[in-house]
Amino acid sequence: MQLSYYPGCTLKTDAKNFEKSALAVLEHLGVSVDELADWYCCGVCFSQTRDNLMQQIAPVRTLVKAKESGNRQLLALCTMCYNTLKRSIEFIKDDAEKMETIHQFMDLETTQFYGNEVDVVDILTLIKQIGLEKLKNSIVKTDAGLKIASYYGCMLLRPKEIAIDSPDDPVIMEEILASAGCENVYFPFRTECCGSYQIVNEPEIVKDRTRKIVGSAVKNGADLMVMLCPLCYFNLDEIQQDIQKEDKSFQTIPVLYITQLLALLMGLKPDIHDFSLHSIDPRPVLKMKGLL
Amino acid sequence: MKKIGVFVCHCGINIASTVDIPKLVEDLKNYPGVAYIQDYKYMCSDPGQTLVKEKIKSEKLDAIVVAACSPTLHENTFRMAVQTVDMNPYNCEIANIREQCSWVHKNITEATEKAKRIIKSVVEKALLDEDLEPVKVPVTRKALVLGGGIAGIQSALSIANSGYDVILVERQSSIGGRMAQLSETFPTLDCSQCILTPKMVDAGQHENIRLMTYSELEDISGFVGNFKVKIKQKAKYVNWDKCTGCGLCIEKCPKKVPSEFDQGLGKRKAVYTPFPQAVPNKPVIDCENCTYFKTGKCRLCEKVCPFDAIDFNETESFIEEEVGAIVVATGYDVYPVLNMSEYGGGKIPDVIDGLTFERILSASGPSGGEVRRPSDGKIPKEIVFIKCVGSRDPENHYPYCSKICCMYTTKHAMLYKHRVHDGQPYIFYMDVRAGGKGYEEFYQRAQEEDKVVFLRGKVSKVYQDDDKVVVCGIDTLSGSNVEIRADLVVLAMAIRPSKGIEELAQLLKISIDQNGFLTEAHPKLRPVESLSAGIYLAGCAQAPKDIPDTVAQATATAAMVLNLFSREYLLHEPIITGVDEELCSGCGLCIAVCPYDARKTNREKGVVEVNEILCEACGACAAACPSGAAQQRNFTDTQFSNMVKAILAE
Repeated sequence: MQLSYYPGCTLKTDAKNFEKSALAVLEHLGVSVDELADWYCCGVCFSQTRDNLMQQIAPVRTLVKAKESGNRQLLALCTMCYNTLKRSIEFIKDDAEKMETIHQFMDLETTQFYGNEVDVVDILTLIKQIGLEKLKNSIVKTDAGLKIASYYGCMLLRPKEIAIDSPDDPVIMEEILASAGCENVYFPFRTECCGSYQIVNEPEIVKDRTRKIVGSAVKNGADLMVMLCPLCYFNLDEIQQDIQKEDKSFQTIPVLYITQLLALLMGLKPDIHDFSLHSIDPRPVLKMKGLL
Repeated sequence: MKKIGVFVCHCGINIASTVDIPKLVEDLKNYPGVAYIQDYKYMCSDPGQTLVKEKIKSEKLDAIVVAACSPTLHENTFRMAVQTVDMNPYNCEIANIREQCSWVHKNITEATEKAKRIIKSVVEKALLDEDLEPVKVPVTRKALVLGGGIAGIQSALSIANSGYDVILVERQSSIGGRMAQLSETFPTLDCSQCILTPKMVDAGQHENIRLMTYSELEDISGFVGNFKVKIKQKAKYVNWDKCTGCGLCIEKCPKKVPSEFDQGLGKRKAVYTPFPQAVPNKPVIDCENCTYFKTGKCRLCEKVCPFDAIDFNETESFIEEEVGAIVVATGYDVYPVLNMSEYGGGKIPDVIDGLTFERILSASGPSGGEVRRPSDGKIPKEIVFIKCVGSRDPENHYPYCSKICCMYTTKHAMLYKHRVHDGQPYIFYMDVRAGGKGYEEFYQRAQEEDKVVFLRGKVSKVYQDDDKVVVCGIDTLSGSNVEIRADLVVLAMAIRPSKGIEELAQLLKISIDQNGFLTEAHPKLRPVESLSAGIYLAGCAQAPKDIPDTVAQATATAAMVLNLFSREYLLHEPIITGVDEELCSGCGLCIAVCPYDARKTNREKGVVEVNEILCEACGACAAACPSGAAQQRNFTDTQFSNMVKAILAE
C-alpha cells in the first residue's frame, strides 16, 4: 500500500511524537507513506467557517500537490488538517465555477484539479483499511492489561459530511484498541469539546472542560487517555498541570497519541516517543504495565 | 365525420398569459373535424359550462374537446355537464394546455404552437371515441377491518351496529392494541382500560362481528365491493372452542418470559393472555419459548387443563371470505430507544420510552401503578422527560411531528407528581403543541398546579454517573446550560407505522408515504380513503394521532363503508381493454402480463376473454398483444397513431 502524507505544521513541531510514532506504526504494518515534496499550511479549520473561496486556496494547493504525487490517498495525521482538507474538497467538488475561480488565483500550479481525485484519509480509517486482524497479529505486548479511555474530540466527527464515524456514538478507536488487546473504558465525555482555541483568550473554559473530561476518564478507571488531535492533546495534557497547581486533589491521567500506544504495544523502539514533550509523564504507568 | 366542438379556457391568466388564444382559435377553426370553436375566461365556471351545453345543442355537436387544465381536475366536471344534454360522457375529452403547456413555458409563440398541437391530437382522439356505458358491479355487504386497536374496534362497531357483518382481524391474541397499554388518558385523565374494555367486550360479543385474533391477512384479490380475502390464523396450540379461559394452564406453566404488553418490565408465561382483560380471554402457547416445544418435555398445561383444550398438534389455519370494503387500522410501534445512543438508549437501564412509562404508571402494570425505576426499583425523585426524540429531526431520524408526545409527556409529568408528591419532573421541549379541546388548559395545569418545570431546549447528552442519570441540556429561554442529576429519564420516542406495514400495503396495493405511513387519497378532502377504491384508513397507520382523532377517523371510515354498502351496485369505468375475437389467436401473452387476473382463455372459442370488472385498463395486454387484438376502448392503436401524427405534422 502506497499513499501520500501531509504532515501540517504541528506534527513537525509540538507533535513530533505523534508523527514519529504514527509513521513507525504504519511502517510496521507494511504501509509506506511519501511525504508531499512541497506542502503548505492547510489554512486551519476556521478557514472553513466562512463562505469565502479565497480561504480554499491553501488547502487546494496542497490537494493539487497530492494529485501530482500520483497516489490516490492522502494521509493527514493532524485531525485539524484532515478536517480542513476534507471539507475543502466537500466545498469545491462538483462545482466547476468555484474550481475555475480558484485556479485563476494559483499561478504556480499547472495541474487541473476537480476535487474528486484525492481521498483524504485519517489514520484510524487507514488502520481499519489495513485490517484489524493484521494489527492484532503485530501486537507483541498482549498482556499489558491496559484500561484505555479513548477521547475523540470533534475534528474527526463533525460536521457529519466528513465524519469518520457516528458523531454521537463513535466506536472506531475502541475497535482498534480492542484488536490491540486493550480494555476500553467508556466515559461519557469522550466526544465533548476540549475548548479548542479558547485556551488563548478564555483559559478558564478549557480548564473546566479538562477537569470534566479527565475526571470522567479517571472515575471510570482508565490508566491512560489516548487521542489524535494535537490541540486536544495540548488542552488535556498541559492544562492538567495547571489544574493540579490550583487543586491538589485533582487526579491526573497521562495522555498519549493513540499511535504512541500502538507503537509501544508493537514493541517498537521507545526512542520515537520523546516523553519530554508530555506534561503528565506517562512513563510510570507504562513501566508499571511493562510497556517500557 | 363527427362534429367536434373545441372550447378553449383562458384559466384567468394561467393559460392566456402564455398562450396566444385568439391566434390559437383562428388557426384551429379550419382543422378537419372542428365544427365549432370558442374561448372563454373560466370554462369550468357555471356560465362556462352553460356555454358548452348550449353549443352542444345548437351546433349539434357529436363530441367536444375542452382545452384547459389537467383532466384530473375537471374531466369529471365536463363529463357530468355534457350528460345533461344527452351527450355520452366518453365523447368529452380534455386537452391539457395548462400543466403541460402554459405553466411550463415562457415563450408565447412556442407555447401557442405547442397548445395547438396538443388540441389537434385530442381532436383526433375525439373523432374516433365511442359511446361507452359504465359496467355495473354488485356489492358484497360485509367489511374486513385489519387491526384490533381502538381504531379497528371503533370502525368495526360502527359498521356492525348498522347491521352489516364485519370481520375484525388482529395480529395479537387479544384486541385492545396500544390503548390497552396506556395508564390514564389526556386531557381528562380517565383510565384508559376503563373506557376501552367495555368497547372490547362489545366488539367481542357483537352478533355481527366475527373476531379473528392471532390472525393476519394472507392474500387478497378482487376489487371494491368484491374483494376475496384469505386470512391466516396462527397456531394457538389451544383449542378455543373447548377452552373456557379458566387460566389454570397459565398458573401452572413453569416458563416465564418478559411480557411484551408490559414493555419487558414484567413477566408472562409461555402459555399466556397478554393481559387479564383480554378479548377473547383465551390463552395461546408461545412455541418459541414453550419448554415442550424447545426440549420435548413438560406438557404441564395439557395435564392440568380440565377441558382437554391444549392441542400441541394444532397447525395454522386459513379461512377465505368475500368482503366489499376493507378498513386498515394497523396502528403504530414506538421507535426503539436503541436508536438514541447519545441519550443512552439501550445502554442505561433507567432511560426508557414513553410507552414503558405508561406501564410503570398503569394500575395494572408490573409495579401496580407505583412509580419505580427499572434498574433497582427505587422511587425516582427527579425525573427528566425529553420530547421530540427521533421526531422533527430530518437529518438523523424522522422529519415529522409525532403529535401525541406533547400531551402524553405533560400527562406523564402530572401523573408522576400525583404519585410522588416530593418528586420533581422536568420536561425538555422544542415547542409545546397543545392544539386540541382542553389540551392547552391541561398543559397550563401541569405548570401551575403540578409545578412541572418546562425547559425549552434540546438535550445534548445523557450519561450514567453512579446511580444517577445525568442529563445535559440547554435552556434557551435563560440561555444557560442545564445539568440535571436525574433518577429516571423518559424519552418521547417518535411513533412509526407498525411492523409489516410495507408488506401489507403491497398486498393491498395501497401506497405509503416517505415516512412509511399509509397515504390518504387527498390530505384534506379525502382523509380516510386510500387511493384504492374500497380500502379505507384509520388511526396511526395513516399518521400519528391521539385517541380522539383516531376515534373520529375510525368512525369516518365506517361512514365511508356504509356509503358503499348503501348502493345497489357500483359502476366500473368502461374504459377497459377488450379483445377483437377476429384477430385473437389465443396465444395467452396478455394473460401472463395482466396484473389483475382479468384475462383468461376461452378454450371453446380459442380466444382470450376479459373480465370487465377486474380490468383496470393499465394497457399491459395491449402492449403485449402481437396481433393488435387487445385494444383499449377509446385508446385504440389507430387513435394513438392519429394523435402522434397530428402532433408531428408540419
